[in-house]
Amino acid sequence: MSDDIKVDKVFDLKGLPCPMPVVKVSKGIKEVEIGQVIEAQSTDPGSLTDFPAWARTSGNEILKTEQDDSDVIKFYIKRNV
Amino acid sequence: MDMQNIEKEFAEFKSQLAALEKKTAEDKLSMVVFSGDLDKIIAAFVIATGAVAMGMEAVMFFTFWGTPVLRDAKKSVGGKDTFGKMFGTMLPKGMGQVKLSKMNMGGMGTAMMKSLMKKKNVASLEQFLEMAEELGVRIFVCEMSMDLMGFKREEMIEYKNLTFCGVAKFLEEAAHSKVQLFI
Repeated sequence: MSDDIKVDKVFDLKGLPCPMPVVKVSKGIKEVEIGQVIEAQSTDPGSLTDFPAWARTSGNEILKTEQDDSDVIKFYIKRNV
Repeated sequence: MDMQNIEKEFAEFKSQLAALEKKTAEDKLSMVVFSGDLDKIIAAFVIATGAVAMGMEAVMFFTFWGTPVLRDAKKSVGGKDTFGKMFGTMLPKGMGQVKLSKMNMGGMGTAMMKSLMKKKNVASLEQFLEMAEELGVRIFVCEMSMDLMGFKREEMIEYKNLTFCGVAKFLEEAAHSKVQLFI
């Protein structure tokens, strides 16, 4: 868990395969205000490339990506638009 | 340069810009779904829903072998001629009856793939269709294929953004799409 980033909403996407993680995050990001941060937890290895691609096209920002020993990848995403 | 000339040039610029805007490609994905195979149709839906997640519009044009996939298994329709009846029985009646393009192995391969997908939480074709409808994916169905195969509109599924059309309607969408695919 990242201490310096304040998370406003968490999305548990563990176990969901492509294309669900990006689909859920693209919907979910609208549930927070602009400037707020969501934490998306994914086990889909494709999300390592998908989330940055989605962030670039949607104009939102990935503040940090974390992956510990388990296969869970955590993305801290700030809503910019 | 006096005011009148400037205004005239400005008006010309504006109309040129309007003409150019008509020609630009939008953030849209248009795909032809020609195949009626389970694997190919799933790929089509993954791409279409992925496109919406990426902020694009998505349009799917079901034609030829893709047409029977949109039949509603619960609906029965009469009044078909011989060929229509033949196609009606021989072609899949909706999503539940489509098969893998390879390794179908008499149905075993398809069953194995479906069970493997379920185990890995990959959405089924029916679930993908629901998601697509929720995301606003527009589906166009080829009138010519409907006519050739003897399908009636009443036997097709209920879907919020479904239009029966000809190739020109699809091409209008495709011409303005950044991404065009044939599946």
